[in-house]
Amino acid sequence: MNAFEPKIVCFLCKWCTYAGADLAGTSRIKYPPNGVVIKTMCSSRIDPEHILYAFQQGSDGVFIGGCHPGDCHYQTGNYKTQRRVLLLKRMLKQMGINPERLKLEWISASEGNKFANTMIDFTEKIRNMGPVPKLSGKEDK
Amino acid sequence: MKKIGVFICHCGVNIKDTVDVEYLTEKLADYKGVEHIENYMFMCSDPGQNLVKEAIQENKLDGVVIAACSPTLHESTFQNAIEEIGINKYQLEIANIREQCSWVHTSREEATRKAELIIKTAIEKLRLNQSLEPVTAPLTKRVLVIGGGIAGIQAALDIADGGYEVVLVEKKPSIGGHMIQLSETFPTLDCSQCILTPKMVQVGKHKNIKLYVNSQVAAVDGFAGNFTVTINRKAQYVDPDKCTLCGDCTDSCPVVTPCEYDEGLAWRRAIYVPFPQAIPATFTIDTENCLGFEPIACGECKKACEPGAINYDAKPQTFEEKIGAIIVATGYDLYPVENMAEYGYGKYPDVLNGLQFERILSATGPTGGEMLRPSDGKVPKEIVFVQCSGSRDPERHLSHCSRICCMYTLKHAKLYKHKVPDGQPYIFYIDIRSGGKRYDEFIQQAVSEDGVVYIRGKVAKIYQEGDKMIVHGMDTLTGKKMEICADMVVLAQGIVPSEGVHELVKTLKLGVDDVGFLIEAHPKLRPLESLQSGFYIAGAAQGPKDIPDTVSQASGAAAKILALFSHDEIYHEPIIAIVDEDKCSGCGICIGTCPYGARVLENGVAMVNDILCEGCGACISACPSGAAQQKNLTDQQINSMIKVILG
Repeated sequence: MNAFEPKIVCFLCKWCTYAGADLAGTSRIKYPPNGVVIKTMCSSRIDPEHILYAFQQGSDGVFIGGCHPGDCHYQTGNYKTQRRVLLLKRMLKQMGINPERLKLEWISASEGNKFANTMIDFTEKIRNMGPVPKLSGKEDK
Repeated sequence: MKKIGVFICHCGVNIKDTVDVEYLTEKLADYKGVEHIENYMFMCSDPGQNLVKEAIQENKLDGVVIAACSPTLHESTFQNAIEEIGINKYQLEIANIREQCSWVHTSREEATRKAELIIKTAIEKLRLNQSLEPVTAPLTKRVLVIGGGIAGIQAALDIADGGYEVVLVEKKPSIGGHMIQLSETFPTLDCSQCILTPKMVQVGKHKNIKLYVNSQVAAVDGFAGNFTVTINRKAQYVDPDKCTLCGDCTDSCPVVTPCEYDEGLAWRRAIYVPFPQAIPATFTIDTENCLGFEPIACGECKKACEPGAINYDAKPQTFEEKIGAIIVATGYDLYPVENMAEYGYGKYPDVLNGLQFERILSATGPTGGEMLRPSDGKVPKEIVFVQCSGSRDPERHLSHCSRICCMYTLKHAKLYKHKVPDGQPYIFYIDIRSGGKRYDEFIQQAVSEDGVVYIRGKVAKIYQEGDKMIVHGMDTLTGKKMEICADMVVLAQGIVPSEGVHELVKTLKLGVDDVGFLIEAHPKLRPLESLQSGFYIAGAAQGPKDIPDTVSQASGAAAKILALFSHDEIYHEPIIAIVDEDKCSGCGICIGTCPYGARVLENGVAMVNDILCEGCGACISACPSGAAQQKNLTDQQINSMIKVILG
């Protein structure tokens, strides 16, 4: 057994992905317990600084779940999130953090299965990547 | 420091079997800020709620964390419970340890560890929660209805009958919309004018309805409950109070121009009544076709008008109305047939669109209700109806289904058959969509009793040979090419939002889809309102709709507004953005990110309009100086939750 268990911070929007995570629960679909959820009204509430803070505090991965394009409860919040995440991924690389440690996925309230599968895949991926490096500028594998 | 109570629910065995609640109760008792902690079998039950309330009172708690099921289930249950004993409902946090923990994890040890983190995040957030009251603002109990078709008429009457004033704005000279043009309506074959005219008269006479025709909404300022609406009305050259409808002016007018009401199948004068039952019942001068009165080029109508109702010096006017809620009921238009050269519309006089055929069927139409074709006035013995003309054709035209064409085409065929018993209607269709009440029976009856022939397939081309229209198509059921020599062709044109909606939605700042139909707040659960607070939607402006659905939606939107008006103020969730004026540099980045227009620069500070803010938080994460925060979900709260997760 691998001794390393990754820590993952999950930001879920209230309307779609949080409800999708609830559906995974009511459907009793199992997934690893590594991710702990912070609920926001919209994925666009998540400031890149929160993500950086999470990595700095030792989060091995950060997951953001929002509504599918066109489904945002606030019209365009998910598009803003996507732009911010794409930019931040470039920055992460420069800081020595593998951008793959940050994942954005559109998961609707009806996609309990997708939420569970995303958690399974992302946890496994982060587990293979190993612990997040200290913000030192050294190459992250 | 805030005294916090933590209450862990077993949910029978649902949580307890996977999460060690006793261990958590013991372990978290020493956590910072926790004054009281206990667990119970069913926290949501009456005894469970009482246990929470008693613990609050005994320990003088300031806030509570309920570790139980998802907040969507019982957040409001517990909020109500603590409010009963005088604790603000925002001093409650739910730790979701069932749906997002005990139900999805198998290892008791791991689930317990995760539940501990979930409860800790709730405690961390609650520690900094403020007590909040709903945002309130005064409410102007007057309604603006944009569009005077059946949707606007129904909504206006329902609200006016409820005792509130309605301002109804129609861009054309009369209300009535497309419905007044129709001959009879499916599936009952009621005469459209017989059922609509009384409603139009009621609108004209209602003491609570102020009607602006020939008018458009030019600007909407303010916010839900308190709009100031600017309405531009074209010059009123004929004084409706003096006009006696004698018609002397029309008789004297030398201009002839195609009549809009008859869809260009008849002529009218430049001074005219749009149709006999028009409301308001008065003449209008069509300045585009009038020979002109600056300087006066003709002046015949004024000379003929004995009551002196005509005033060439009238000017366009601008009105301002104070409004609390707005219903957009701007209806539809047909997809422009100019886009469809293959069907020869415009080139051949006997190729008509659905609305033109309605006029030929109508007793008030250009033929007086006789079935005669436009080119030579002969009775058509064979008519081809083409469904989905321009609809459901994503490659070249519209991709959506226009929803009413299956039914109205069948109605056309049926009414044609009633007028020409030896005639033969053919209908080209892709699929038959007859989902409404008694709609399918209507179709079955037409096929069995009226001999309507359905051909499954698309029409490729229509051209003229002699006095016949040759329709080329494919019968996709037999795989054979079809050629029908018809006397007339009727195109069931696709439906698009009415002309001018594009500019209107920009003025109103409403969202539209790729075709231009208004977007509802939720496609299933909030179909009557827009995402923009204070705006409601009715009728085909939202998407193609038949009359029963349009009327239902209009009455529904009216009921929503009447419910809103049953309060003296408007209320709004207080989980919104807030600005630290000292930190704000006035850069204005937030203004562009707000989809609701809730962020405005005032004296160099980007303020939040509390009523407009929906609390998404997009502006907060965009703020480069950290001046903006979300109430009860501040950066500090988020960071302390992150820290505790990784702790």
